[in-house]
Amino acid sequence: MTYIRPSFRHPGLPKNDIGFTRADYEGAISTLCAGCGHDSISGAIVQACYEMSLEPHRLAKLSGIGCSSKTPTYFLSHSHGFNSVHGRMPSIATGAYMANRDLVYLGVSGDGDTASIGMGQFVHAIRRNLNMVYIVMNNGCYGLTKGQHSATADAGSKSKDGAINPFQSIDLVGMALELGATFVGRSFSGDKTQLVPLIQAAMSHPGFAFLDVLSPCVTFNNKPESTKSYDYVRAHLEATATIDFVPEKKEITVDYAEGSSKNVKLHDGSRIQLHKLAPNWDPTDRGSAVNRLYEAKSKGEILTGLLYIDQESRDLHELENTVHRPLNSLQETDLNPGAAALENINESFR
Amino acid sequence: MQQLSGVNDMVVRFANVNGTGSASANNLFAKSIVRMGIPVSPKNIFPSNIQGLPTWYEVRVSEKDYLGRRDGVDIMVCVNPQSMMKDVQSVRPGGYFIYDNTKRLHEEFIRDDIHYIGIPMMELSMKNYRDPRQRQLFKNIIYVGALSLLLDIEFNVLEDMIKDQFKKKEKLIPPNIQALELGRTYVRENYEFPLQLRLERRDLVGDRIVIDGNTACGLGAIYGGATVVAWYPITPSTSVAQAFERYANRLRIDPETGQKKFAVIQAEDELAAMGMVIGATWNGSRAFTATSGPGVSLMNEFIGLAYFAEIPVVLINVQRGGPSTGMPTRTQQSDLVSTAYASHGDTKHVLLLPANPKECFEMTAQAFDLADRLQTPIMLMTDLDLGMNDHLSPPLKWDDERKYDRGKVLNAEDLERVKEFGRYLDVDGDGIPYRTLPGTHPSKGAFFTRGTSRDEYARYTEDGAAYVRNVDRLVKKWNTAKTYVPAAELYQDGKESDTGMIFFGTTTYAALEAMDILEADGLVIDSMRLKAFPFGAEVEQFVEEHDQIFIIEQNRDAQMRTLLINELDVNPGKLISVLNYDGMPITADNIKGQIINELMPATVNHK
Repeated sequence: MTYIRPSFRHPGLPKNDIGFTRADYEGAISTLCAGCGHDSISGAIVQACYEMSLEPHRLAKLSGIGCSSKTPTYFLSHSHGFNSVHGRMPSIATGAYMANRDLVYLGVSGDGDTASIGMGQFVHAIRRNLNMVYIVMNNGCYGLTKGQHSATADAGSKSKDGAINPFQSIDLVGMALELGATFVGRSFSGDKTQLVPLIQAAMSHPGFAFLDVLSPCVTFNNKPESTKSYDYVRAHLEATATIDFVPEKKEITVDYAEGSSKNVKLHDGSRIQLHKLAPNWDPTDRGSAVNRLYEAKSKGEILTGLLYIDQESRDLHELENTVHRPLNSLQETDLNPGAAALENINESFR
Repeated sequence: MQQLSGVNDMVVRFANVNGTGSASANNLFAKSIVRMGIPVSPKNIFPSNIQGLPTWYEVRVSEKDYLGRRDGVDIMVCVNPQSMMKDVQSVRPGGYFIYDNTKRLHEEFIRDDIHYIGIPMMELSMKNYRDPRQRQLFKNIIYVGALSLLLDIEFNVLEDMIKDQFKKKEKLIPPNIQALELGRTYVRENYEFPLQLRLERRDLVGDRIVIDGNTACGLGAIYGGATVVAWYPITPSTSVAQAFERYANRLRIDPETGQKKFAVIQAEDELAAMGMVIGATWNGSRAFTATSGPGVSLMNEFIGLAYFAEIPVVLINVQRGGPSTGMPTRTQQSDLVSTAYASHGDTKHVLLLPANPKECFEMTAQAFDLADRLQTPIMLMTDLDLGMNDHLSPPLKWDDERKYDRGKVLNAEDLERVKEFGRYLDVDGDGIPYRTLPGTHPSKGAFFTRGTSRDEYARYTEDGAAYVRNVDRLVKKWNTAKTYVPAAELYQDGKESDTGMIFFGTTTYAALEAMDILEADGLVIDSMRLKAFPFGAEVEQFVEEHDQIFIIEQNRDAQMRTLLINELDVNPGKLISVLNYDGMPITADNIKGQIINELMPATVNHK
């Protein structure tokens, strides 16, 4: 069978503002297991980009190694992609972003790729506030090597071959908050209503936008005893708010009861409108996010939604004070000081 | 007692304590000799330490323009009691031992075959300066003052240098001049001067400059158009990225906004540094990293990705003593094999082999053209001696007519024109495919970069035939690379001898000097300097033409010899190793001794 999708399109398919159909944002047919949560996330990415009217070639998709890192093949076939080495996608993204600040960088990683082998690079990408969307498709196990526990597997959870994980899990969301990430969200692959606007908001955020997306592994980690199974996650979700992403040019159409909604304005003029479900909730307050996260955790619940956003975020290029033109567009005349300047330099060494 | 004598031919060694400000005084000494028109070659022999351990600075003065190291110390300036025993012993018979006689020299340091010159450096400094830090610093300038009279260094040269150095801190000029005078006055009142071993103004320096290789590499990257630098601090390469940043902050700032036309990222480790370079070049910037052997070891996985996915990379490897942490502050050429074949699977990489700072500059700039042209990692192999020591080098040159070669990159118009785009299609028959940059065209030219096997259209495949086509094309590209890299340099017109010698990099100084010495002894050997790997046809021919060839290199395992045997299918028996791997730059005497020993074993004992 072929995994290449036919490029034929029905002429009557609806188009977005810039004339692309939803299918123009799709990729090759997935080779992941049927029912894999990752495929739903790919679908959400396609939906988010289509709705945002993003030109597909103005986005670069990057990944590491693992099941999750295969997914960039399955969305945005008109975007350049880079499937790098295990755990090292953040450094590739950093270099790419330094070279061209004008593209949107979408990184996809897994819990093995991020919380184990790639922990160092993940941490430092947060520290530098690299302007990218970083999605972890989190299933608590190593799928591609057949189901070993990952560092995000909860203590006591049981793998397919019956091994009990004796170690405590790493909570990437809590860690990202502690590290100073400027955008932190968590969602569930089965909740597209929440995930699509979260991805859109993340793409509009000027800085490191981290999304931890629980994505059950149907083959190796979907047993009732697993805390990353569909049933468990569905039963324990606690959403902080419902979210609407409102692009700059659109009117706000969703209306919430006074006092229960909060508008978060993004740098490009777009807004995130949150309908708060949790009391005393302020997603622009890091401290309150950390507290709520621990409260939920102690009750065995999984807090989802936009957990924190720093509206004053200054990204890596701003921190480095680089020119606005992409560095990869600079030519000899911009870059080369010339022979006369070199002669002055020679003179300083005589 | 014998007294070493002569003009403009000596080795002066300073024994100091690390972190006491001796470097600038010693540099003042060396550079003043250059300003008198006499060639010098200074070497810093320093510990892996910031403060307190012994450190040495060695200056070879050579009217014959020999810039390699020479064994044996003619004049030892010893201001470090810790190392004094070793320092006394290192002086050649008839040589001079200059020391601080504020305290009496213990008898165990007295040899009857060398000359002792005591200067009360500490006492003079204590009497004339009050601030403790100043006392320490001016003690060093005092011995430079003393040396200036003993060796006949022109005082106005020293004065001018002090004035240049403190142009922005004029207050410091008079106390520095005073320190020089203190040393001079003491010599004037207590010793006969100058020594029989002395200096005399010449005009042998020409337009040459005194610069270290790392600074030249940093400048080469500025001129070569690098915009992204990602690096992790490691001796002896650290000053490459720092030099780039220092000059970029002067030469690459937008005058209107004050914003930078470059980005320097200090990565969290060498792996990340290499990842950032790959990300940046994949996205169309020129980017590089500078590191040393341990860094290359860490970058191996990414180097393989860059090779296989065909992404331009420039890596500057300032080699140091290995293996493992090895001798981080000593020099070696011992990363040849590990860099040439870095990473798992079948990989091989282009190496450039500069021999002086001018070549560091040129080859760094050229490395960016080669990386873009060949879409593969280009490794510039320098070493601690070249990178961190000052060298008398021809001036750096740039031709304003020169354009960067950005290689085979398709822009949006090209994509409209070409019938089909296949990222790994060999369109031109040279093994080099065309690439596109992210963001170029709304519907054409996008492809997926990956380290897994793929077909000509960058589609994932596990088909063995497609894999073989791809890796065989990489061999074709490798052969193409042989015609792009700098050719080896020959030191004779045509063949003059059945015996040859091959050398490269910092070994060149000593090898050329050895060639002169051997020739004076009536032994003519054809010489060739390698400038790159893979080897061009001229290297193959040289090896073919000579019956026995000495391969001179600074590592234990004869790594260049290994590369020659491996790549040229040569009879290993023809290639004789001349090696030095104690961490100090190789000397001409050492080379000569090993060659004579091989050619005329019986005569060695008589010499």
